[in-house]
Amino acid sequence: MEKIVSHTGIGVPLRQSNVDTDQIIPAVYLKRITRTGFEDALFAGWRRDENFILNQEPFNEGSVLVAGPDFGTGSSREHAVWALKDYGFKAVISARFADIFRGNSGKQGLVAAEVAQSDIELIWKELENNPGTQVTVDLESRTVQCGSISAPFQIDDYTRWRLMEGLDDIGLTLQHEEDITEFEAARPSHKPKTLPARFAD
Amino acid sequence: MSATQSPQTLAEKVWNAHVVRRGTGEGEARQPDLIYIDLHLLHEVTSPQAFEGLRLAGRQLRRPDQTIATEDHNTPTLDIDKPIADLTSRTQINTLRENCKEFGVRLHSLGDKEQGIVHVVGPQLGLTQPGMTVVCGDSHTSTHGAFGALAFGIGTSEVEHVMATQSLSLKPFKTMAINVEGTLKPGVTAKDIILAVIAKIGTGGGQGYVLEYRGSAIRALSMDARMTICNMSIEAGARAGMIAPDQTTFDYVNGRPHAPRGEDWDAAVAEWKQLHSDEGAQFDAEVFLDADELEPFVTWGTNPGQGVSLSASVPTPEDFEDENDRKACERALEYMGLTGGTPMKEIRVDTVFLGSCTNSRMEDLRAAAAVIKGKEKDPNVRMIVVPGSARVRLEAEAEGLDQIFKDFGAEWRFAGCSMCLGMNPDQLTEGERCASTSNRNFEGRQGKGGRTHLVSPLVAAATAIRGTLSSPSDLVNTPVAV
Repeated sequence: MEKIVSHTGIGVPLRQSNVDTDQIIPAVYLKRITRTGFEDALFAGWRRDENFILNQEPFNEGSVLVAGPDFGTGSSREHAVWALKDYGFKAVISARFADIFRGNSGKQGLVAAEVAQSDIELIWKELENNPGTQVTVDLESRTVQCGSISAPFQIDDYTRWRLMEGLDDIGLTLQHEEDITEFEAARPSHKPKTLPARFAD
Repeated sequence: MSATQSPQTLAEKVWNAHVVRRGTGEGEARQPDLIYIDLHLLHEVTSPQAFEGLRLAGRQLRRPDQTIATEDHNTPTLDIDKPIADLTSRTQINTLRENCKEFGVRLHSLGDKEQGIVHVVGPQLGLTQPGMTVVCGDSHTSTHGAFGALAFGIGTSEVEHVMATQSLSLKPFKTMAINVEGTLKPGVTAKDIILAVIAKIGTGGGQGYVLEYRGSAIRALSMDARMTICNMSIEAGARAGMIAPDQTTFDYVNGRPHAPRGEDWDAAVAEWKQLHSDEGAQFDAEVFLDADELEPFVTWGTNPGQGVSLSASVPTPEDFEDENDRKACERALEYMGLTGGTPMKEIRVDTVFLGSCTNSRMEDLRAAAAVIKGKEKDPNVRMIVVPGSARVRLEAEAEGLDQIFKDFGAEWRFAGCSMCLGMNPDQLTEGERCASTSNRNFEGRQGKGGRTHLVSPLVAAATAIRGTLSSPSDLVNTPVAV
């Protein structure tokens, strides 16, 4: 994973709550077997509307999405994060993120910055009044900057550290492989196994 | 448990029994725990990139014997003996088949008796058992919590992590008790309970929590009904929902193909009987619902929290104090083609979908069949019935339920996720309105421009008869087919 300490880019105000992952990427785009190439799928339904924010300059060049509360609800599809990243987004700002989306973001180097809704309202106004305004998301200081607005954001320490160091999760866990083996040796014998397969009579 | 140990909730007990390595630190700075995963379920949509990741890193699948795959999201529900028409769907299914072969994973393919929706297959094989940790690259993995398992959906990076390590790094969840006391009125079901819970706490209310459903109304439910409730925990934002196992649970598991046998069974049951929240255990939040007060519940909007009693009317934006809620209502009404103030029962539907991991089990099919038996379908409504698994389909056919559906004019299909998310050809068209027993009424979820009302199987059945959103109690004056 690429290290990310701070990012500055055009902010995109998305004045909507409950942006579910079916909106971020509709299910028909989930049939691909690759991990990249999802930029065309991002908000595919909404992008058919020419008034949608990403169809307007300079927002189509944006890299920091500023959305309403409960962003990323619904399906666990990590494709939502891939689509945001493939389009060019490096960070999403919202007052509340769905748990699985937040987790997926952390694994893929997309910053999910939790900012108070009152600050988001200010940022929205700034971005709407001055389209093209840059937003800085700084993991070091855990702050978001937009014009004269400076707001703190929440992100858990572990995710922040992994993002800043660009660490691979599996590699980290495999450092403790002996612990896993030891745990497995002590599991009760009644725990089910999928193999060999058993079938109903 | 030692006398000095403080009382624990059910979720904490299962968590603590699976800690491979405790994270260091306190409070916010606490590192995640490494949690062992007992069962990993796979399907074709969220696994290909994970298998590819393993291959690229030269890693092995650690526990093929704790992994199982089925084909469900993309599979057609008609002509399953022919090659899948959609090329990308076919490629994804073939990729799963090749990956399972390469890594030694047990796979139940289309046409196999054990094929079906991953969350129907696990329990019916007896692979889902109390006290386990169960994960899958699918948010409705919360379904398995009905057995007192800690079960939750994960993203593809985590799928790869579990493949390689049979564990996950996780921060402990908070716990929320959902207390449902009392007795449900006739015609009110598990689906109505969970829709009412979601409407009460909101789509974000459960974020960061494991929900534990408790109380007399929950204890009275069958396993099929408990699965319906836990299934939709994610719709309230919670990754997992749980119900303490009891005799109902043990009776369901006993005798299934992968249930423990002999001495193992006795040891397992003794352990499972400890799986309940201790007296005095502290939840981080509590919610109370009166089962006696509940009515059939349906959604009017574009998220599962936008629901009301079937006897109520579509809300107007002015009903909401919060500005964001007001805007969300306006937008939802526009998308749904509804006017605030319209009685829900006057809403006419085009399609009824009975299926999905929420409501596609025997109890759901039986309930709907009992309502429609001998009745006539509204001629303008199409009804699609998709059993959750090939085995459910076989069982239903053995009981003659298929004939009841066919006589009624419903389409009797093969198993899969189908119209819940329309990855296969089962989709709504632009503007088509559907009463659906599935779990998500998001914009476009069931097909581009499609309009979804989430309902119980009973409401689905009654709606297919009357053509408007209805409950069985509305059928009194409906002419009976001769």
